[in-house]
Amino acid sequence: MELDVRSARDFGGPNVVKNYEREYSDLPLADSKKTFFTFDLCVPASSLKYADNQQICRHFAQKHDVKVFDVNKGIGSHVLIEEGLAGANATVVGTDSHLNILGAVGCFGQGMGDVDITFAFRTGKTWFEVPETIKVLLKGRFSFPATAKDLTLFILKELGTKRAALKAMEFYGESVRDLSLAGRITLCSMVTEMAGVTGFIPEFENSLREEIRGFYKTKFIPPQADDDCSYSEVIEISVEGLTPLVAVPFSPINVKRVSELQGAKIHSGFIGSCTNGRTEDFALAARVLKGKKVKEGVMLKIVPATALVYEEILRQGILEDLFKAGAIISNPGCGGCADGHIGLTGEGEVQISTGNRNFAGKQGKGETYLASPAVVAASCILGEIASPEDL
Amino acid sequence: MAEKKTIHKGKIWVISDVQGNLIENIDTDQIYHNAFLHITELSQMGQYALSNLEGWKDFSKKARPGDVLVVGRNFGAGSSRQQAVDCFISLKIGMILAPSFGAIYFRNALNSGFPVMKCSILKELVREKKLETEDEIQVDILEGKGLNLSKNISFQIEPMSSVQFDIFKSGNLFNYGKTIFKDI
Repeated sequence: MELDVRSARDFGGPNVVKNYEREYSDLPLADSKKTFFTFDLCVPASSLKYADNQQICRHFAQKHDVKVFDVNKGIGSHVLIEEGLAGANATVVGTDSHLNILGAVGCFGQGMGDVDITFAFRTGKTWFEVPETIKVLLKGRFSFPATAKDLTLFILKELGTKRAALKAMEFYGESVRDLSLAGRITLCSMVTEMAGVTGFIPEFENSLREEIRGFYKTKFIPPQADDDCSYSEVIEISVEGLTPLVAVPFSPINVKRVSELQGAKIHSGFIGSCTNGRTEDFALAARVLKGKKVKEGVMLKIVPATALVYEEILRQGILEDLFKAGAIISNPGCGGCADGHIGLTGEGEVQISTGNRNFAGKQGKGETYLASPAVVAASCILGEIASPEDL
Repeated sequence: MAEKKTIHKGKIWVISDVQGNLIENIDTDQIYHNAFLHITELSQMGQYALSNLEGWKDFSKKARPGDVLVVGRNFGAGSSRQQAVDCFISLKIGMILAPSFGAIYFRNALNSGFPVMKCSILKELVREKKLETEDEIQVDILEGKGLNLSKNISFQIEPMSSVQFDIFKSGNLFNYGKTIFKDI
């Protein structure tokens, strides 16, 4: 099928260039205006190898007239939304396994390896096998201190990595209909951890349309399920009275209530990532941290998803609240999740993170717990896993 | 272009934990850690295969060309990194059998012409010791038939779909593309 956008990051990108030159040498891209590089993993490069890899992509981009969203722009999947390139009903592929984030705006995003992306650069096409769909019906409502991340972790706990494996998902219910862009991104991003292919939230409030209006040239009309569609499974989950949750090392589905972990010491916190790196996420953190201090000896790292988010939290005073509380503020990117630009955990270090993965060794030798920005903020104030209500 | 063989014979590694159970949900950071993502040379990738998986960190030193990996469900969950497939190609591993694979991993392997096949009863076969490390097996990739030559036990494997098989048979996605698009 035809692709609307194909993209490669500073991870995967140099391999795409290498494959392209080996397979297609000087042949043109299918459409350079639909082809992009997005640098977000190691930005600006902190090792010679990444600096070289980014240069390899830049040279290729120049030769083929491809736009590069460079090291200043932030996480590629978010940039594609902000730039209006990944919109409702589009199909977008890239070297990012969390590209299904784009389900948040009704776009089918598929992460792929460098072979797939090379082929997409040259042909503008790819192959898919249509997955079965499961319908997830969320009953009831929740409120602060529970957030979209807690909702997401709760669904992960309920579904594990088996029930949604290799499936597409549709989420319904008032609690998801009300979600803003940030909340939708949080939920859709972790469909990857559910082992699903993609997730959509067909229902929305007008406020969402307003929120993303500036990104797109056309009115937001997300895809809807056909009246006669069939689901491989319909799952009902009650989210009434949801409380803050944490995914315990070393699996995102290993979910417990914060109250079950009370007193567990932490050494560092990270707020950011493609899952929780929007303005609203930092506002939640600031709501908890304002006028308070990160505990002595605890390190809190803040990484906005994109330059646009950075600008917003700067303008709204959120950054100042976080800085005054003692947080380290980084430039936008993927830092905090991979071996990127804002450090790793050392042996024995316990980190609480708003990221999406806590696999053994992923962020260093330490242990990573996954939670919402509000829980990470509260935990960094107390130096132990805590809910904002514990302050 | 060279067409791939559709029957593979090789010795197996049962990727299990200390209790002897197949390890499930082995993610791409355990297969090929993100610290080595900057590497673009295939020949350098093999040494890192499974190097972040507890109990299997020395796998690259033990692996022999043609070996078959028998692994737990949801193998290759996580990142889109092609290196998590390429590291096995680099070691000339013959194929991987699992009850299921991560969606992106499965594509990445097929697109590189590296056979990854699903076997729903793998866990039982391992538990009943019908598949053990060092056994020699033969797999008919087209028919989806497995045979443990060491123990003379046959078992069913899910055959590839037609598009999957066409890509595999062509060698990889690039070669397959050349058979369906005239101009590349």
